Amino acid sequence: MIKAEQKPMDEILRYLSPYDRILLSGCGACVTVCHAGGEKEVELLASALKMAFRKSGKSLEVLEATPARQCEPEFASELSETIEKVEAVISIACGVGVQTLARHFPKTPVFPGVNTTFLGETVTHGVWEERCQACGNCILERTGGICPVARCAKQLFNGPCGGSSKGKCEIKREADCAWQLIYDRLKGLGQLYRMEEIIPARRWGVESRDSGPRRIVREDLKV
Amino acid sequence: MTFKERLESGKFVVVAELQPPKGIDLSELYENAERLKGRLDAVNVPDLQNAIMRLGSLSVCALLKEKGLEVIANLSCSDRNRLALQSELLNVSALGLKNVLILRGDPPSIGDHFEAQAVFDLDVMGLLGAAKRLQEGYDLMGNDLQGKPQLFVGTQVNAAAKGHVLDLEMMDMEKKIRLGANFFFTGSIYDPGLLENFVKKVAHFKVPIIAGITLLKSVGMARYVNKHVEGALIPDSVIDRLMKASDKQKASVEIAGDLIRAMKPLCRGIQIIPIGWENLIPALLDQVGL
Repeated sequence: MIKAEQKPMDEILRYLSPYDRILLSGCGACVTVCHAGGEKEVELLASALKMAFRKSGKSLEVLEATPARQCEPEFASELSETIEKVEAVISIACGVGVQTLARHFPKTPVFPGVNTTFLGETVTHGVWEERCQACGNCILERTGGICPVARCAKQLFNGPCGGSSKGKCEIKREADCAWQLIYDRLKGLGQLYRMEEIIPARRWGVESRDSGPRRIVREDLKV
Repeated sequence: MTFKERLESGKFVVVAELQPPKGIDLSELYENAERLKGRLDAVNVPDLQNAIMRLGSLSVCALLKEKGLEVIANLSCSDRNRLALQSELLNVSALGLKNVLILRGDPPSIGDHFEAQAVFDLDVMGLLGAAKRLQEGYDLMGNDLQGKPQLFVGTQVNAAAKGHVLDLEMMDMEKKIRLGANFFFTGSIYDPGLLENFVKKVAHFKVPIIAGITLLKSVGMARYVNKHVEGALIPDSVIDRLMKASDKQKASVEIAGDLIRAMKPLCRGIQIIPIGWENLIPALLDQVGL
């Protein structure tokens, strides 16, 4: 799922300084799971913002909402009436959600309240790690289900680089070396022969973001 | 007098673009350079223009300098990260080349290596900023340099912009000047009226503008440019003239000559972009008395 972290309070307060009536909108999907932008975080951030305003001798009215999925137009449009009543919106959904609101409500400024960080997995309570970069051509079949694009600091397709130590990455020492994980996994599966294959350079300009934003069109689903 | 000295003393400059070969056979490039020696103030050497893999701008510039031509090295943001870009700016200065044209560059997806990863680590503002800081003696991370590079920095401007695009272009130009741009190259201009409108708007910047003159090689090319190049407007009269001409090369040179004559009072120099017709440049310069 998409992972995010709340922006520093100072930064959010800077966005809000010209306003005294805002909507704080969370999202019931990914950012709820990573405790960055769900209903609970909306409530906490709303109180914190109001307190910060009061502390500086001003007042801030915060309307709260947490649509089920802010990135889906039908959920975003549920906010229409509320947005009429405010001067600006802080969205603590991911960057997609922020943009959905911005597109739907052209006359209202929409500010991000979180930094969208990565597509990741919950490792344990309170710990999330990057697992996917949405690169557009999944090669997990070749690498034992461990992604070198997202997990190797050098994004090597033909690793290891030789710099890892005790299974840890030489660039980010607390991170596991992706190619050590790939080796261990393929060994366990009896598929070490896969490491003998040369994985060719990726077609970034065709499959990934390098030729502009990507789009999926499913004719069978269009109405 | 160098390219920089000419621009700084208010003199008109004549530049031509010479494209590096795809490979390392420089014989044709040298032939063209020899033909143009003494006729130009500088040769502008593109850097992976149109995202086509070629010999690099820097080595061609160094080689042309050895042959006695002044050069403008090009550096684009599309294919290098900030380490490589800054290093390349140091290379320019260490090789005694000085003039550098900083460009956004073309995305690999439009070129002959469309599978390549686009870099764009810095944009033009970022790279201009880097050039400024390097000349002040430190790199983008604030580390001291051993010896400051000396550069004469140019960049591109869209002089064919109109309406709100022109307003944005002026904002852009102001920022580029703030970041140390010493001169501007325009894209190809086919209508002197557009340049006149543009130079009036930006006259207060007092930064030299060098107008791009592309030799039109065919009616098809002219129509292609009109259809696909944002802001380019080749007047119908020019297309008709090219269509009716029995000698296309002669007509192309005459069209470019008329453009140069009309634009010379408006700008501080011209850059001739021959696209394979380098051999026609001397005749063009003869025609306009440059």
